[in-house]
Amino acid sequence: MAAVARSLPITPEAPPPERALPLGVRVRRAILPVFTGLVVAYLFLPIAVMIAFGFNDPEGRFNYAWQGFTLEHWQNIFNRFPALNEAIKVSLMVATISTLVATTLGTLIGLALTRYEFRGRGPLNVLIFLPIATPEIVLGASLLAMFASLGVARGIGTILIAHIMFNISFVVITVRARLAGYNRTLEEAAMDLGADELTTFRKVTFPLIFPGIMAAALLAFALSIDDFVITQFTAGRTSTFPLWVYGASRIGIPPQVNVMGSLIFGIALIGIVGWILLVRRSLGTGSARVDA
Amino acid sequence: MSGWLRRHRGLIPYLFLLPGGLWLIVFFLVPIVTMASVALQEGSLGTGYRLTFNFGIFPEAIARSDTQLIRSLLFGLIVTALALLIGYPMAYTIAFRGGRYKSILLLLVILPFFTSFIIRTISWQFILADNGFLLGTLKGFGWLDERFRLLATPIAVISGITYNFLPFVVLPLYVALEKIDHRLIEAATDLYASRLQAFLRVTLPLSLPGVFAASLLSFIPAVGDYINAELLGSRNETMIGNVIQGLYLVNNDYPRASALSLILMVGILISVFIYIRVLRGQELTV
Repeated sequence: MAAVARSLPITPEAPPPERALPLGVRVRRAILPVFTGLVVAYLFLPIAVMIAFGFNDPEGRFNYAWQGFTLEHWQNIFNRFPALNEAIKVSLMVATISTLVATTLGTLIGLALTRYEFRGRGPLNVLIFLPIATPEIVLGASLLAMFASLGVARGIGTILIAHIMFNISFVVITVRARLAGYNRTLEEAAMDLGADELTTFRKVTFPLIFPGIMAAALLAFALSIDDFVITQFTAGRTSTFPLWVYGASRIGIPPQVNVMGSLIFGIALIGIVGWILLVRRSLGTGSARVDA
Repeated sequence: MSGWLRRHRGLIPYLFLLPGGLWLIVFFLVPIVTMASVALQEGSLGTGYRLTFNFGIFPEAIARSDTQLIRSLLFGLIVTALALLIGYPMAYTIAFRGGRYKSILLLLVILPFFTSFIIRTISWQFILADNGFLLGTLKGFGWLDERFRLLATPIAVISGITYNFLPFVVLPLYVALEKIDHRLIEAATDLYASRLQAFLRVTLPLSLPGVFAASLLSFIPAVGDYINAELLGSRNETMIGNVIQGLYLVNNDYPRASALSLILMVGILISVFIYIRVLRGQELTV
């Protein structure tokens, strides 16, 4: 910790040049960064394997050992397994709709919790916290128990119901975190200047909380598109991308799964980097405007 | 309409809460209650169910799956401990030594999330396979015994679950560590605390809320997990999640499956409660 304190700009004494340090100190200082690097490598090992084996040319059904390089699976990715395309379409549709609905409902709850005083706040907080503290398998199982008791046929509709349900809590928590440090003086100023409530919301409140809503939507989309457990219980015969991959894994995973995984990873990577650049740019101009 | 709203301003928050709150009540609370009632019913899918208040199902379900219940709890605890041991130094490094690489390092922690959870677990299956590229290579060099295996052992299942929930541990720990005022640590060292003492008596206690959130975020999903046990384990590593999933989706034994789900949920809530009490006691003594 002394090392940390010494490297901070507020301490007057300058850190001694690296070379002057004894070997023992240099080794000790390197332990944490090296450890962190190893953990990052551990996090990315399965992803690297996934990408690599998308180029493998397996002879049998099992894509386990490296046998040769091919681009074949990348070329026929969309026409080899029609069911896989269908599953991806279902996944994208479910993720989009559940994100839109859950973000709307969750944002409304977040606004109510941070901007209004009302009775019943305690039970509401419990209702929002409980789905997060319940294991996914119990969420899925209880929905299945209800749908089966009522004789509801399972399919895209029931998957959507489930995804919206588990996303609402995450949206509320994300939006509330953004709203917590937010003061109402700007809104009051707008009202004083003659704006009605709707105009104030549209021109002041909404732009201020928009980054929080976007972060919540991003989280909801990621949770929905990757969900396996709750979907397995509520899907019936319908297949989503994770369900299809799981089914395929029991009879030998085709390399197309690796290609699909690499594609999704690539798109997500581009999306996130683009998102970060966008936020950086809007922060550069937007925060200046708010401060002024 | 707007005139009416102006006269009943107190209703506005309830209008905001209504749709989302109803959704959670109808599709979270009602299903849990339905599940509880299904557990107390007898019958089968073919002949129909009757509510008989068969409370004996709970001891029976526990007795028939006690091994898996204990194993799930044990795996959950081991996974949480491992994830904290790996995640804490990492979060610490990012928060205190990250400098201008902080956001890139955080991004690297989150990125694995953007490949499907199932595909990542299948990738581990590749990596750990008996003659896969890790063990196969080591065996090829003669550095490992031919019979050595990782797949279908508790090691594979525990490391698979730890891998899956590691980012959930790093992020809250990072948030808690990032908030710590560096001047407090400086003050401790100025007052002649050794670096270890400053860590144990300043940094660690101040990061306890993060440790709390991190352990819940790994323990709860770890105990209920069944994908890792299914893809990386054998019959000797089945967890309670595998039993519940099999009873619901394969055997259609809804009453026993519902009873086990309830036991799992209540068990987790009790563990969380005990944990909160223990941690609170800890904070008072520090």
